[in-house]
Amino acid sequence: MFDKISFFPEQASTFANEVDVLYLTIWGLTIFFSALVVVMMLILGIRYRRHNKIDRTHPVHTHHGLELAWSVIPLILGLMIFAWGAKLYADAYKVPENAEEVFVIGKQWMWHLQHSNGIRENNELHVPVGRPFKLTMISQDVIHSFFIPAFRVKRDVLPGHYSSAWFTATKPGKYHLFCAEYCGNEHSRMVGSVYVMTPEDFQRWQDLKGTAGGELKNPVVKKTLADEGFEIFQSVGCSNCHVAEDTARAPSLNGIYGKKRQMQNGEVLLADRDYMRSNILTPNDKITAGYEATMPTYQGSLTEEQVNSLTAYMKTLGTPDEPKPAGGEIKVRAGKVVNPPPANSTKPATGTTTGGRL
Amino acid sequence: MSDIPVHHDPHSHDQPEPNYLNWSHTVKDWLLTGDHKRIGMLYLISVTIFFIVGGVAAMFIRVELLTPKADLFSLETYNRIFSAHGIVMIFFFLIPSIPATLGNFLIPLMIGAKDLAFPRLNLLSWYIYVIGGTFAVLALVFGGVDTGWTFYTPYSSMFSNGNVVLTIFAAFFAGFSSIFTGINFIVTIHKMRAPGMTWFRLPLFVWAHYATSLIMVLGTPVVAITLLLLVAERSLHLGIFNPNNGGDPVLFQHMFWFYSHPAVYIMILPGMGVISEIIACFSRKRIFGYSFVAFSSLAIALLGFFVWGHHMFTTGQSMYLGMVFSILSFMVAVPSAIKVFNWASTLHKGRVSFHSPMLYALGFMGLFLIGGLTGLFLSTMGVDIHLQDTYFVVAHFHYVMVGGAIMAFLGGVHFWWPKMTGRMYNENMAKVAAVMIFVGFNATFFPQFIVGYLGMPRRYAVYPEEFQFWHILSTMGATLLGLGYAMPGVYLVASLFNGKKAPANPWGAVGLEWHADSPPSPHNFHETPIVTWEAYEYDIDGEAGMYDGPLEGNEEKRTNFGGESGTEPAGHPAGD
Amino acid sequence: MSVETLHGEPVQSDDPHQAFAVHYKERKQQDESYIVGMWTFLVTEIMFFGALFLAYIVFRNIWPGELSEISREHLNVKLGFINTLILLTSSLTMAMAVQSAQRKIEGRVYFFMFATIALALCFMGVKFVEYSKKYNENHVPGPLFHYVAEGAETKATVAGVEVVKTEGSTEVAHEAEHGRKFSLEPVKGSATSSAQHAEIFFSLYFIMTGLHGIHVILGVLVMLIIIVMMWFKSPLVADFMPIEMTGLYWHFVDIVWIFLYPALYLAHPDLQKFLHG
Repeated sequence: MFDKISFFPEQASTFANEVDVLYLTIWGLTIFFSALVVVMMLILGIRYRRHNKIDRTHPVHTHHGLELAWSVIPLILGLMIFAWGAKLYADAYKVPENAEEVFVIGKQWMWHLQHSNGIRENNELHVPVGRPFKLTMISQDVIHSFFIPAFRVKRDVLPGHYSSAWFTATKPGKYHLFCAEYCGNEHSRMVGSVYVMTPEDFQRWQDLKGTAGGELKNPVVKKTLADEGFEIFQSVGCSNCHVAEDTARAPSLNGIYGKKRQMQNGEVLLADRDYMRSNILTPNDKITAGYEATMPTYQGSLTEEQVNSLTAYMKTLGTPDEPKPAGGEIKVRAGKVVNPPPANSTKPATGTTTGGRL
Repeated sequence: MSDIPVHHDPHSHDQPEPNYLNWSHTVKDWLLTGDHKRIGMLYLISVTIFFIVGGVAAMFIRVELLTPKADLFSLETYNRIFSAHGIVMIFFFLIPSIPATLGNFLIPLMIGAKDLAFPRLNLLSWYIYVIGGTFAVLALVFGGVDTGWTFYTPYSSMFSNGNVVLTIFAAFFAGFSSIFTGINFIVTIHKMRAPGMTWFRLPLFVWAHYATSLIMVLGTPVVAITLLLLVAERSLHLGIFNPNNGGDPVLFQHMFWFYSHPAVYIMILPGMGVISEIIACFSRKRIFGYSFVAFSSLAIALLGFFVWGHHMFTTGQSMYLGMVFSILSFMVAVPSAIKVFNWASTLHKGRVSFHSPMLYALGFMGLFLIGGLTGLFLSTMGVDIHLQDTYFVVAHFHYVMVGGAIMAFLGGVHFWWPKMTGRMYNENMAKVAAVMIFVGFNATFFPQFIVGYLGMPRRYAVYPEEFQFWHILSTMGATLLGLGYAMPGVYLVASLFNGKKAPANPWGAVGLEWHADSPPSPHNFHETPIVTWEAYEYDIDGEAGMYDGPLEGNEEKRTNFGGESGTEPAGHPAGD
Repeated sequence: MSVETLHGEPVQSDDPHQAFAVHYKERKQQDESYIVGMWTFLVTEIMFFGALFLAYIVFRNIWPGELSEISREHLNVKLGFINTLILLTSSLTMAMAVQSAQRKIEGRVYFFMFATIALALCFMGVKFVEYSKKYNENHVPGPLFHYVAEGAETKATVAGVEVVKTEGSTEVAHEAEHGRKFSLEPVKGSATSSAQHAEIFFSLYFIMTGLHGIHVILGVLVMLIIIVMMWFKSPLVADFMPIEMTGLYWHFVDIVWIFLYPALYLAHPDLQKFLHG
């Protein structure tokens, strides 16, 4: 225990150093101002102690210059720190376009993670160094918070809304993963590990997945998320109405992801992750112009994982710019081995996806 | 100042004149009293009981955290203990601590009134507090609650199996108690001031309480209705905060913090008022920049209402909203800085003595500085991503609330103890306690800054081994801190039985409250005082009146107005 | 003065208009304290209702069209309007009561106080009618809550173009004109989400109007107490201050309704279009 005394968590992501520098800067200010006041108090207190014979004539009771000085100087310093911190915050939550996506589901009391290529992990996350990863997160029950101290990354995981964070790991190793928002009895056991690997190791890990060998306890071989989504699309009945063409019953889903959709009440909404999710689970909240509320709700019957897979599938149905056919031709697709879909072509740069809910 | 028309009524002959404590001893006269001093004492007893309850919970937490595993309590029990600690300490100790005890006792005395404007409302507020406290105790007895003091939805509304409803009613009643106190203070300060007591002659203690009352009146109703909605949500499953029903759990956080951030200022502002009084008295000098200190209280109260979102930087609120909250949080630092610098400057060319209240006040300054400045880490958005919900936050708010508010509370209790009880306590023990608390406090909470930055999340009963070193340090400090807190409990109570009789003005302070007897007579002043002097008109050379050690042989020089010699003593000889 | 009567007890005086509690310096101080206290209390009340209005605004913003739709279908604008008139009139009678009290015309005080009470009871009567309708329709949030969106219900039973007319949505009506055919099938679970939203709307409706109703009832009780005390010549109500305080409170209750009525009853779906262009 005593051999591990440290003052800083390891720096294992591109943010870590930036956060540490700002952190130390504010400590510098804190120590400077605390020392200033404490030394001032000590000197004045001792110098003007009760029994000390010292000149006390012409005491000053108010001094506008001084008041101005100690209002304005802290204010300016504060504003500088604010700007620095806001910049860092913007960087920390603005996901780069080429980030690979990992889907995170928080539930009492475990983390379930899905890579786009279908690898699943529980309470563990394997990532290579040097590549940006985006976390798209949702909770199945209460509010959790995904926290990797070594990356200086944290984001609340809310029920009902996707939230996102991203990082680029820089240093191979094993790091803590915590749930930071109190979530019930086993809150302090809702922890896990993040394994940062060299690209070669990561590749090997990906290849090994599912052989139940090596260091991998949890990963299970699966189809890609999109393939799994296609199966769900068929099995829960989506494909009965949503076919390649718009019909009277249902709009085609070709190229829907990332498109602007006109609602019946006149609103225009962007078909992003939250839109897809709410229109799968509670389709009649927002009805696309020209259609009726005939789609059943899937709230309670589809899990967050299934919704995620469905969304992943729909993302593969082309983009607004180059729609790909859906419906019958999809079956061809389903057989294909699809590596992580090229993220840059499908993802709108929405930054923080859950922003603006108040 | 020889024309001050406050003088004691020389009608007493053999019998000591009745004071507010001894004019009657029946339970009925205590429980149905309208006297702000008696109600203040009732509050003092009640908040002390809750402080002990919350303190025991705190010690349980620290002992459990000695080891990385959950070996003393189950996880569920641990959750209930830290929730009990937070709820009891915040709603039943910190919020009422200074305003309802010292504020209640002193505001009428300081402004030269016979009582608060609405004595029966004051009594009602104590009863409501007691009802709330009873609910809280019942909730504890029935197994407690495991939501934390923040009651975040949907955990509290849909998932928790603790006594959430009972606990919320407890907090709800405590809230109403502070609304009534706030209304009473505002009206009293506006309308009950003695002739000549202008706004800018008010002690800064009163200014601070005015600012506090504004927060109580404006903020508390919002949390009250929020908690009611939560109860409705939990019992009827309404769905306002439940995402599965289309509600918004983050809305709860907004509504909760709209009150609960300003509530932090309810805890610290009165403490700042106490510190102003103590520093002026023991420096024998007018507070430097009086009006700046006075207005900074109002500025803190006002700005405090617009910074709640800095509790939610990681929830996914819009970045621009976050920036507004962040920048306003930095602005709050300015009035706080003004206060600290002005206090420190007050010592300049003063006549500084280090009696126990002054030690508490200086301790407050050091701890509040760290507490306030570490707040800047948390309002810095980029750094807060890492720090949010870690022990850094825990350390920060304990520095402000325990290091700040409780140091000030103890300082105030020591400063006015002679006035409230008519007894002097053991000064040496008080000094030892002050130092112990200061050292113990830092040993407890400074390691938490480090372990927080290392990544230790809040509300964890089990944690990785590498954090253990810091937790052991923290628990060792907490032991010292606990002993330090126990000491005043011993020597203050002992002083009631064997303490020296206190003179009317043991410190030679100039506030109007020192013109009343110790303890004050039931109607505070024998005649309505007429104020003709400014606040803190200390006479720098007047050493007379400073109580210094045992009173024997010192009886003649114990009271003075403004420290001047030759004026008529305010108090009559107590008990001789 | 004895210690026992010190705090908060009124001091008897020959002239009731000059009596004041002993902890005050003079009558004027007592009056002013009451007024400042009442206003401060009303500020807390504003924050109380303010929090609820905030919650309501948030949800109106999340589902602008839908909530106003629910409001339009299930809240009776006419009854609300009548209640507005009743409450405004009661404010007038309350003001008259205060003025009569200031002029010490006791008979008129009684008359206007009773008039105010009568109007308040009328208001609560209308509210009772509204509440009981919602109770019968199972629109009271809680375990018994049951809501089927109007449109969804019709669709399940009625065929073809008629659907459109009950739907009330211009978009669909437009398509119906173009003769578009709709398949007729029961809408399984289609109302679930709108039922949830309706539940939130009705939750806020009942909490907001309920809290307001409680304030009305408290006002009536206070007025009744004052009337009884006046009847028995209690010195506590010997002057106009209690009635003036009640008046301040009553006007506040009135003003809250003036905000509640448009927010809840006059929510118009087109407002959404107006706001979003």
